[in-house]
Parts: sequence; C-alpha cells; structure tokens
Amino acid sequence: MPGFILRRALLVLPSLFGLLVVCFLLIRLIPADPAVALAGDNATPAQIEAIRRSYGLDQPLPVQFGRYLMDVARLDFGTSQFSGRAVAEDLAQRLPATLELTVAALLLGVGLGIPLGVLAAVHHNRWPDFLLRVVSVAGIAVAAFWLAIMLQMLFAMRLGWLPLRGQISAGVTPPAGPTGFLTLDCLLAGRLDLLADALRHLVLPAVTLSLGGLATITRFTRAGVLDTLQKDFVTYERAVGYPRGRLIWLYVLRNSVVATVTQIGLLFGGLMAGAVVVESIYDWPGIGSYTVQAILTADSKVMLAVTLLIGLIYAVVNILTDLVHALIDPRLRETR
Amino acid sequence: MLVLRKFLRDIPAVAGALIVLLVLLLAILGPWIAPYPEDAAASHLLRRLRPPSAAFPFGTDNLGRDILSRVILGARGALTVSLTVVAAAMAIGVPLGLVAGYARGVVPELIMRVTDVFLALPQLILALALAQLLGPSVESAMLALTLTYWPFFTRIVHAETQRLRGALFVDALQGIGASTPRILFLHILPNALSPIIVRATIGLGFTILVAAVLGFLGMGATPPDPDWGLAVAQSRGYLPNAWWFATFPGLAILVAVLGFNLLGDGLRDLVDPRLRRSR
Repeated sequence: MPGFILRRALLVLPSLFGLLVVCFLLIRLIPADPAVALAGDNATPAQIEAIRRSYGLDQPLPVQFGRYLMDVARLDFGTSQFSGRAVAEDLAQRLPATLELTVAALLLGVGLGIPLGVLAAVHHNRWPDFLLRVVSVAGIAVAAFWLAIMLQMLFAMRLGWLPLRGQISAGVTPPAGPTGFLTLDCLLAGRLDLLADALRHLVLPAVTLSLGGLATITRFTRAGVLDTLQKDFVTYERAVGYPRGRLIWLYVLRNSVVATVTQIGLLFGGLMAGAVVVESIYDWPGIGSYTVQAILTADSKVMLAVTLLIGLIYAVVNILTDLVHALIDPRLRETR
Repeated sequence: MLVLRKFLRDIPAVAGALIVLLVLLLAILGPWIAPYPEDAAASHLLRRLRPPSAAFPFGTDNLGRDILSRVILGARGALTVSLTVVAAAMAIGVPLGLVAGYARGVVPELIMRVTDVFLALPQLILALALAQLLGPSVESAMLALTLTYWPFFTRIVHAETQRLRGALFVDALQGIGASTPRILFLHILPNALSPIIVRATIGLGFTILVAAVLGFLGMGATPPDPDWGLAVAQSRGYLPNAWWFATFPGLAILVAVLGFNLLGDGLRDLVDPRLRRSR
C-alpha cells in the first residue's frame, strides 16, 4: 500500500509543474505589458519602469520563471493589493472557512445523494425515480448565484428563518480557537450557543453549493445500483430469501459506488470553484470571496496564488480518490 | 428512421429538443417577438419596478424596462456566446485530439500533458482571471471560455482516435497510401463524430451557465445589454420586494441550460445504448 501511494503521488508531479507553467505564462503573456497592467490606469512612465524593475520583468522569461519557482517554493506569493497583507497569510487565514463550507456541502451531497440514488434505482421507472431524475437534471442546470439569491430571498428576507449572510452573527466574538475552523473551535470551547449560530449561518451556503454535486451523486449511484441489481449474486441472494433491506444497503451498495467515488473526487474541484460564487453572495469569509475581490480589483498575485492552491487541492483529492478506490475494490491494488 | 422513432419515445430528450428549438427561435426572431423591443436600451423611469401584470407579464426592472422583453432579447446573446465558444473550442480541441491519438512519440505525449493540466485547472477561476486580464467584455469572456473548454474535446477525440487507429479500415487506408490528413479528417473523424456532438450539446448548456456567472460578476456582458446573468446581478439591490426582477432572468438560464442538457443526455442514449439512463 505505501508503494501504491508513492507511485500515485509521483504521477501528480508533472501536472503540478504544468500548472506552475500555465499560471506563470498567464500573467506574463496575456496582458500586452504586465508592468502597465500592474501599475494601474493612472501610472506615470517612471512608475511603470520602477514596477518593471522591482518585479524583475526586465529579465528574460526563463530567469523570471526561475524566480517565480523560488518564490512559490518559499510560499512567497507577494503582497495583496487590496488587503495590503501577504497573500499566503490571507489564504491561510481564509482556507478553513472555505474547507468548512465545501466539506459541509460534500457531506450533504453524499449523505443525501447516495440514499436518493438507491431509492431511485429500487423504484426504477416509477414515480420516485422520475421525480429524482427531473430534480437531478435541474440541479446541474441551475445557476448557483441565482439559486443563492432565491434562497436568501425566501428563507432569510421573507421568512426570516435563517441568517442572510456571513459566517456568524455580527457583534459575536468567535472563540480564537486552535484549529481555525469556526464550528470546530466553538465545539472545543464548549460554546454550544455559538455553534448553533454558526451552523445556522452554514445552512444556506452549504445547500446552495451542494446541489450540483447532489445531483451528480444521485445519478451515478442510481446507475451503479441498477447495474449491480442485475448481477447473478443478487438474484441468488433474493432466491434464498436474504433480507432485502440488508442486501441492498450492504452488498449491492458496496458493489455500486466505485463510479460514485470517482465523481466525488471530481466534484471536490468543482466545489472549490463553486465556492467562489456562493461565498461572494453569502459574504462567507473564505477563499472564494477573496478571489472575487481579487479579480474585481485585478489583483494578479492573489489570482495566481488561488489558481495554484485550487489546482494543488484538486491534485491531492485525486490521489485520495484513488486510495479510496483501492480500499473499496481490492482488485485495483494489484493492477496499478 | 428507427433512430428518430427511438428518440421520440424518450420524453425528456424531446422536451429538451423543444426547449432548444424555442431558444433558437427567440434568438433569431427576438426583436420581432418581444413586446417592447426598444427596451434593450431604453429606460422608462415612470414605470420602474412594476410587479407582473397583463401589460408586463414578468414585471419591469429598476429602469422601467419590460423584463419579458429583455429575457427574450437575452437569448441571442446567450446563444451567440455559447455557439462561438463551443465552435472555437472544437476547432482547437478536435485536431489536437486527432493528432494526439494517431501520431506516436513526443508530440502526442506533450499534447495530452497540456490537456491534463488545463483539465486540472479550476475552470471558472481561470475564465474569470483571463476575462479580467483581457479587460471585461463579452469578447474576453468568449476567449476565456474557449481557452478553458477545448481540452474536453481533445480528451474525447484522443480516446476515440486511439481506439480507431488499430481498426482494419485504417490499416487498409495506410496500405493503399492514403495521406495522414485524409485518414484523420475523412475517415477517423466521421467515426468519432457522435461523442463530439454529444459533448458539444452539453457544452452549449454549460457555456450558457458559465457565461451567466461571468455576466453576474461583471466580467462579461456590460449594461445596457439584456444579459440574463447581468440582470440577476442588477436585481440584488431591490430584493426581496422586486422578486420578479431576479426570478425570471434566472429561470431563463435554468430552462435554456436544462434544454441543452436533456437533449445532450438523449443524444448520448441514442449513440451509446450502454449508458441509457432509463435502464
């Protein structure tokens, strides 16, 4: 198993290098003159020249790339233009909020999607199946920003059941906990009242973010279970009178979720990107809203660092997905 | 005709085809169908934020413009963006996939590595970053979306070409001395066409969705364009009272994307019966 992990991790290295090259070229080649772009609209020629020199833009491209690699290796992404702090510092501070949101969305997607998929498969071509199919296609087609606004309008503005925005109520001092994850810190500090407040703030963003994933997971689980239900072992177990519930939820499900696990891995990248939109609408203090601010203010250093970070998370999740595969399906451990 | 009959029995796919047809018609005939075609740019401050009524079925927006008209007029922009992006992405992705799947050596390896890198990048963020670097406009948005969508075609065409490269008819063509471009474009490409069409159909819906996000964040269409995403963004200051302002443009996005997705799913079932949803 350790050998398998190592080999899988090494396969990621070329992709990561490619990611670095793309990020680097993006900022160096797209604007006609990056120094002008960095200096902003009202810069004098002397200021532009100063920026060109201080960013090393007067050096040949390979030299610039070498410097960029060194900076990345030292986690030095420069200073953000709008927050005035080191980009790495900002990202580290905001990452827990985004992870909290994406994990909550993923839990919702998996926790609801797999049972719903099984339900649709068991009631194949009857009304629960039709209903779930329509909902799952719509779940992929809906624009997250619109859904977020609709949910805000209904549950926060009209009904007042849930908070409109933010991660915790204004005027409340969250515990300066050890982990940086708000819900976890509230729990560790024993502040159940704050935990309830934080969870209430989490509901709408997590539901919005989870919908696309929920739809995909439902679809793939349904297809997998339908496939497995036709296998000989299922016919046999049914014939000998094995309890139907146990058969489906234990044995059929385990044989059906391989494709779903792949999708969950792929989804995580999509969730990180979806968080950009969802966070900016709900004022969630994570990386997504930070990215939108960066893009609106053309803060190229933040954009680069975020692209790199999400690409990295994506790569790590891909490795984890393969590991989970190997755990579910022992045959894969041998062949790869 | 057996194919057509099979397709017509797939109710969701037919519904998708009808929606796509409707969006196409609105895009072509929009200015003649819309009740107030001048509302693409005009403003009528005396009738701003009116709720839905017989005269304005979807209500009016913050500048008194008829929302139904602007939803209808928005179809043309949405479809122009998505058709352009998917066509351009195909023009880049398909030849690369053919070469990568057919040739041997360093070039195919390089193409597929680059494709993998682009597929691993967060697409929306890359598109947003590119659109900002190029200067926010519809053209930048289209370029950014194209640059992030071509790898999907490369991967599909690569897999198909690799499968077909060993086929007997390719051996025969090589034997009688057919040129490589001839084999690739006249013989392999037609055989790989169905997955490309399926991907393109789903891609059209996906592009409408991402373009709407760009418009919403101010990185795509610019006022006073009747853009669906932009309209939702403009509505945010008038909620929850002017609920119709946000609701109908968003519904337009949902219905249009749903149409392309249902049609794409239906086409996939026709092309590859193993993947049939209704099984």
